[in-house]
Amino acid sequence: MIATATKPLLEVKDLCVDYLTDHGAVRAVDRVSLEVRKGEFLGIVGESGCGKSTLLYAIARLLTPPAEIASGDIWFDGHDLVSMTDSELRHFRWKQYSVVMQSAMNALNPVMSIGEQLRDAFEAHQHFTGRQITTRSEELMRIVGIDAVHLRSYPHQLSGGMRQRAMIAMALAFTPDLVIMDEPTSALDVVAQRSLMLKIKQLQREFGFATIFVTHDMSLVSHFSDRLAVMYVGQIVEIGDTRRLFAEPKHPYTVGLMRSFPSITGELQPLAGIAGSPPDLARPPSGCRFHPRCPHVMPRCRTEEPEFYAREDDLVRCFLFDA
Amino acid sequence: MAIRVVTDQAAVQVPIVTGRRGALGAVTRGLTRNRKALAGLGIFGFFVLLAIFAPLIAPYDPHALQFDQMLQPSPAHLLGTTGTGQDIFSQLVFSTRESLFIALGAGLGATVISVIVGVSAAYMGGLWDHVLNLFTDVFLVLPTLPLMIIVGTYLNNRGLVVLIGVIVVTGWSYGARQLRSQALSLRNREFLEASRVRGERSAYIILFEVLPNMTSLIVAIFFGAALYAVLAAAGLQFIGLGDPNSLSWGTMLYWAQANGALLAGSPVWVLAPGICIAALGAAFALINYAFDEIGNPALRPVRRARAGRISMSHK
Amino acid sequence: MLELPARPQGEELIRTASLTKHFRLGGFLSRRFLHAVDDINLSIHEDEIVALVGESGSGKSTIARLIARVYKPTAGEIFHRGRSLSTMRSHREVLEYRGHVPMVFQDPYGSLSPVYRVSHGIMRALKLHRCDLSREGRQEEAERLLDAVGLVPARDFLGKFPYQLSGGQRQRIGFAQALACRPELILADEPVSMLDVSVRIGVLNLMASLRRRERISFLYITHDIASARYVADRLVVMYAGQVAESGPVEDVLAHPKHPYTQLLLSAVPDPRAPIALPATGEVQEPPRVIDPGEGCRFRSRCPYAIEQCSLVTPRLRLLRPAHEAACHVATSDLAPSAIDKDASVR
Repeated sequence: MIATATKPLLEVKDLCVDYLTDHGAVRAVDRVSLEVRKGEFLGIVGESGCGKSTLLYAIARLLTPPAEIASGDIWFDGHDLVSMTDSELRHFRWKQYSVVMQSAMNALNPVMSIGEQLRDAFEAHQHFTGRQITTRSEELMRIVGIDAVHLRSYPHQLSGGMRQRAMIAMALAFTPDLVIMDEPTSALDVVAQRSLMLKIKQLQREFGFATIFVTHDMSLVSHFSDRLAVMYVGQIVEIGDTRRLFAEPKHPYTVGLMRSFPSITGELQPLAGIAGSPPDLARPPSGCRFHPRCPHVMPRCRTEEPEFYAREDDLVRCFLFDA
Repeated sequence: MAIRVVTDQAAVQVPIVTGRRGALGAVTRGLTRNRKALAGLGIFGFFVLLAIFAPLIAPYDPHALQFDQMLQPSPAHLLGTTGTGQDIFSQLVFSTRESLFIALGAGLGATVISVIVGVSAAYMGGLWDHVLNLFTDVFLVLPTLPLMIIVGTYLNNRGLVVLIGVIVVTGWSYGARQLRSQALSLRNREFLEASRVRGERSAYIILFEVLPNMTSLIVAIFFGAALYAVLAAAGLQFIGLGDPNSLSWGTMLYWAQANGALLAGSPVWVLAPGICIAALGAAFALINYAFDEIGNPALRPVRRARAGRISMSHK
Repeated sequence: MLELPARPQGEELIRTASLTKHFRLGGFLSRRFLHAVDDINLSIHEDEIVALVGESGSGKSTIARLIARVYKPTAGEIFHRGRSLSTMRSHREVLEYRGHVPMVFQDPYGSLSPVYRVSHGIMRALKLHRCDLSREGRQEEAERLLDAVGLVPARDFLGKFPYQLSGGQRQRIGFAQALACRPELILADEPVSMLDVSVRIGVLNLMASLRRRERISFLYITHDIASARYVADRLVVMYAGQVAESGPVEDVLAHPKHPYTQLLLSAVPDPRAPIALPATGEVQEPPRVIDPGEGCRFRSRCPYAIEQCSLVTPRLRLLRPAHEAACHVATSDLAPSAIDKDASVR
C-alpha cells in the first residue's frame, strides 16, 4: 500500500508558525517536520491548543494575519509552497491538494446551493462547460453517498453528516493528490462519524489520494490511519506507524493519552489521565515541554530540549530514548 | 450538535485584559490602549476642562455688550465680536458648558430609556416583546427633525429641559433595538441558566448578571446618543427652537445666521461654534468606535508583519 | 461502575411519571409541536450514578432541564422524594428544591459569568442555600469546596477571573457551585464533552469520588457511552425523545436489546477493539420529532423493523433483571401484557 522507496508527496521541514500578538510573537508551531507519501493516511492528534490546526492551515497556505509562517519549508511534489505567491498557489489549490474544514456550516456558503458552490469551485480552477460540470457534480455526490437531488439544496437543509460529505465532494472535485482534513467529524454524532470515516477510507482506497487528518480524538483514527503524529504544545512528540504506536506508545504524553480513553469493552479500570494541564503556548516550559507533567522526568529534561530519537522507523522526542 | 472542544488554556488570541480587575478594568485598559479612544477622550477632556475653567479662560463676560460690533479677529478679541458687540471667544468658551450638559444629559436620558425598553423586551418575551418592539419601531421610524420641530413649537417653552426632552424622546429607539438583540443573545448563555437554576430571582438576574455583561454596549450606546444629542441640539437651536438667550454653540449659530455673518464678512462667527460642534461629535464617535472594538475583538486592527522581521535562521 | 460491590439501593430521589415536553414551533398561533421528550418514566436513587445517553435531539438535555425546573412539563409529573414538583408554589419551597438538585453545565466558557470572579457564583449559592453560615463561614466553606473539587490553593483560585482558568478548572468551579447547596443529586449535562481528552478523566474521577465521599447521586448526561460506562451504575439510552433501553451498565453493554443501542455500540471507536464492521449504506441521523404519530421512531433506520413497528409505539418492557427495552422485536417472545404493568419498573 505504501511505496517506501519513492519520493514523498509532501515534505515539511522545520516549519515554524508564529502568531503576532500585542505581547510579541507566540510560536504556535515549532520546528515541525513530517512527510506524507502518495496514498498515505497520516493522522495528527493532539489536544486543543497544540497547534495542529495551525499546522494544517500553514501547510495549505491558508494562514491569515496575525498568523504567519516564520521559517521552514513545505515541499509539495517538488515545489516549494512557502515562497509561492497567491496566483501561483491557485494552480495548486484544489487540483493538487484540497482542504476539508472542521465545520461545514461555517465553511459552506449559506446562501448558495450545493450545486452552485460546486460550480464555483470548478469554474475557479479550470474551464468546463456547463454540461461537464453537471455530470461531474452528480458523480461527486454519488461518490460521497448523497442523492444528486441535493445539488439544489442549501446547506441548512442538509443534516450535519451530509454537509460534511458535501464538503468532501467539493474537495474531491479535481481528484487531488492530497486532501487535508481538519476535524471533519467533530460536529457529528457517533453513528454519523463512523459512517463518514468509513466513507473517507473507502474513497481513499479507490482514488489513491493521500490524507492528512487532524483530530483530537485518537481512537477515531486508530483504525484508519497508516501513520500517526502526536503533537504537544506546538511540537510533534511522536510519529510512527499507527498500529505500533497504539500497541506500544513510547512518549510519556502518548502513554498518558492512551490512559485517558475509557473503553466499552474489556475490564473496567480506573484511569489516571495526565497530571496537570497543557501550558500556555505563549509561555512554554523550558527544556522538554512536557516535563512538568511527566512521570519519568529527569533533571536533563528541565534544561535541554530533546530532539527526535529513532526507534524502528518511529520517532520520539524524549530523552528516555536517547540511546 | 457542534461539540467543540474548547481550548483548555487561554487561546492564542491573548485577551486584552491581563490585569486583576473585572469589567471596569477591562474597559479602562481597553480604552487606554486604543488610539481612537485616546483621541476621542482627549478631545472630550479638552472640552470638559474648557467648561470647568471657563471663567478663567474667557477674557470677557460673554454677555457684555460693550464692544464694537462685527469686529474681525484681533489680539484683543481672538475670534472677533458679534453683531451685538459680544466677544465671540468668550461666548464660545462659556457655551461649552451648556452644550456639554445637553449632550451628556440627553445622552444619558436616551440611554436609560433604551436599556429599560430593550432589556425588558428581551426578558419578558411573548406579547410584551411584541408590544415594546412595535413601540420602538414606531419611534425609530418617526422623522426626527419634523417631530422635534412640531414638539418644540407646540410646547411653546424653549427651555433646556424641553430641548433635552425632545432629543431623548427621538433618540432612544435606536439603542433599544441593539440592546434587545444583545440581551436576547445573552439570555441563553449558560451562566444565566446557571443563575436561574441556583435560585436567583429575575430582578437580581437582570440587574446583576445581564446588565454587567452589557456594559460595553451600553457605554457605546451612550456615546452614540450623546453624539446624536450634540447634533440634534445644534440643529434645533439653529432653526430657532432653542432658547435664544441661552449660551450654546447652536444658539451662536442661530445669531450668526440671523445677522448674516457670512455675508457681512465674519465667517469666524459661524466657523467657531461649527467646528466645536463637529469636534465634540467626532470625539463621541471615536470613543464609540473604540467601544465597538473592545467589545468585539474581531473588529480590532490586525497586526501585520513588518518587512524584514521574519527570521530565516531559526534553529 | 468502578470498584464498588453491589450496594443496597437507597431511597428514591427523583421519579418522573409520563414526563412529556413539547415545544411549539413558529409563532404562538402555530400548531406544530416539537416533541422533545415523550412519556418518560425514569427514577434516580440515593447513591447511584445514572447515565443518560443519546445523540443530539434525543431529549436528554431537556429531561435535565425539566428536572431542574428550567422548563415546565407539557404533561406528566416529577416527584422529589415522593412529592410532586407541581405542588411547590412558594419561592422558598422551590429554592429548597433547587438546593437539593443543582445542575452543572456543558460549556466551561459559557457557564461562568465573565465579569465576576469565580468566587461569585459559589458565594451566591452559599448565600441563597446556606443561611446558617455567617460571612466568615461562607468564606471558609468556599475554600473547603474548592479543596473538595481539587482546586488548590483554594484562596488563589477564588480570586481569579474565568478567563484565567482552563476549561477543566472552570468545570470544577461549576461542580463547586453545585456542591455549595449540599445537594442530594447533581444533574450533570455533558460536563466533559467540551474538555480535552486528558482533562476529562480528571473530572470523571471527581464525579466518582464525590459520589463515594459525599454520597451524592448524579444524573450524568452524555453522548459518549465509554465515559458513561466508566462512571455510571445504570444506563438509560434515549432516542428521539423516548427511552429506548435502560438497565445496569454492564448488562446493557453486554446484552444490548434495542437495535439503536446495538447501532450505537457498534459505532463507538475503540482502539482496543478489533477492526470495524462495514458501513451501513446511506447516512441517517436522529430525526427532529415534529408531530409524530404512533409507531417506533427508530423504524426507518432499523434493520429488524416489522409491521407492528409502524402501528404501535413500543413501551418499555422488562427483558432481563432490572433491564428493560422498548422494542417490539426484542420483546416479541414475551407474553403480551397490559401496557402499564412493566412501565416504570426500576
